[in-house]
Amino acid sequence: MGETIHVSPSPHVRDSVNTQKIMAAVVIALLPASLAGIILFGFHALLVLILSVASAVLSEFVFEKITKRPSTLYDLSAVVTGLLIGLNMPPEIPLFIPVLGSVFGIIVVKQFFGGIGQNFMNPALGARCFLLISFSGQMTNFAVKGGILGRAAADAVSSATPLVTLKMGESYSLGSLFLGTVGGTIGETSALAILIGAAFLLVMHVIDLKIPLCYIGTFTVLVLITALIRGYGSPVYFTLCEVFAGGLMLGAWFMATDYATSPMTPNGQIVYGVALGVLTYLFRMVSKSPEGVSYAIILMNCLTPMIEQYTRPRAFGVPRPKKEAKHE
Amino acid sequence: MKLEKDKPVERLWNGIYVENPVFCLILGMCPTLATTTSATNAIGMGLSTTAILTASNLMISLLKKVIPDRMRIPSYIVIIASFVTIVEFLMEGFTPEIYAALGIYIPLIVVNCIIMGRAEAYAGKKGPVASIFDGLGMGFGFTLALLLIGSVREIVGAGTWFGFKVTPGIYEPVNLFILAPGAFLVMAFFVAIMNKLKIGAARRTNWDPTENGCTDCSSCAKLGFCSGKAAVTEEAGKKAEEVQG
Repeated sequence: MGETIHVSPSPHVRDSVNTQKIMAAVVIALLPASLAGIILFGFHALLVLILSVASAVLSEFVFEKITKRPSTLYDLSAVVTGLLIGLNMPPEIPLFIPVLGSVFGIIVVKQFFGGIGQNFMNPALGARCFLLISFSGQMTNFAVKGGILGRAAADAVSSATPLVTLKMGESYSLGSLFLGTVGGTIGETSALAILIGAAFLLVMHVIDLKIPLCYIGTFTVLVLITALIRGYGSPVYFTLCEVFAGGLMLGAWFMATDYATSPMTPNGQIVYGVALGVLTYLFRMVSKSPEGVSYAIILMNCLTPMIEQYTRPRAFGVPRPKKEAKHE
Repeated sequence: MKLEKDKPVERLWNGIYVENPVFCLILGMCPTLATTTSATNAIGMGLSTTAILTASNLMISLLKKVIPDRMRIPSYIVIIASFVTIVEFLMEGFTPEIYAALGIYIPLIVVNCIIMGRAEAYAGKKGPVASIFDGLGMGFGFTLALLLIGSVREIVGAGTWFGFKVTPGIYEPVNLFILAPGAFLVMAFFVAIMNKLKIGAARRTNWDPTENGCTDCSSCAKLGFCSGKAAVTEEAGKKAEEVQG
């Protein structure tokens, strides 16, 4: 440029943060969960992750070529979407399903609505729900053949996830839930790996504590109250199991915090998190289905514009708008 | 292609393509989204609606001088409902499978906006022959749209077409397309394709609203490059004000 005075409208960004760096941080933060999934579930899980990322990137590339839009390949958002889709797949899923999910997530949910930042719904979750409705049999079959988990238990690994087992009234070992040596999707079982990734994102200031804390907090309190009322053997233990089992951890830290589909306003984020907790609680504890994290987040994604509208902060120094006098 | 107004061929082409009730006017969404789970259901719904639409258009056009203006909507509904009842009994007697599959959506044809819309916008003002062809054109447009949506949903969502298996054994049906979200997805795809076709065609012919006799710009696909939209919009606004006042 070379000008001495640079004139530009606000906001005056003086940081070197850009989409690419943020997305790279998210990819790094998802690595522990991915590694845990590969170690636990074996080679097929690795194949699922590679294929879902590759097909997400490829569909983004092809779509932007066809529609002659500027390429957003290098901002890594497609990699994040693909990786999240892969982490949401059961370990022994037929390989065409994650590929179909990535194509749907990128092209229909993301690009049809205008590409990065314009999508009204988290592309990875949109794809997951699309697959869950279309291939409910394969998407809820959590049998494991390979990896540590498969080898340790041989053919005995049941297809039921901890949430199903909990719903039937059996208890689970909290330690195995925390480490992830239980049935579930590739990325959701190991709470430890997810929390390591989440801690990295928090340190890097990529995500804020408000949404995940409100989400998990509300859910915990509601489940605890229900466990006490329903008179379960050990309410605290049951609650902890519910918090660490299923997709709650992955959903709360990595999907509910998606920039484009969660509120920007601080109060809005609190409302969003609390509503997510309530919805997940309702889906899991009151309805028949064992899991409800993805549907809860998708529903709240749709309500995000409304939440933002009602929680917009007042500009400093501007008087409160007086209520207009009604027609006399 | 320039067709003379209110002539049979122009009316048929108008209903099937220019003002396709589903893809351009976005009318009759309830049967479009709900009954297109298979190609057979779509054809059944489309043809029964076409029969009712043509008959009611003819009847309303013949009776337009007899029906007092203030009582026209109730009169139209009585006429349409009579034809719906006839078609309902005929279907129950001769095509019981389709009758059972369509269920509540057959009596609901009474409140189909396409039929009311054509009665109000066309048959109540024009002659009987033109009205018949208007009904036929709109009905065929509706049937064609339903058949397209129904075929895509059935083939993708169930791997069959008119009940026959058309996909190779390795193909895994995507169940979503049979369910409600699939209806919206397929519908949106077709509307997008239609808009693409129409915008391209209109760009090539330099669309001029005064020449083509447009009266309403709302939901017009050519709005982006129309040369006289301000005049038409103003006129429409004035009309709306008059109606409200």
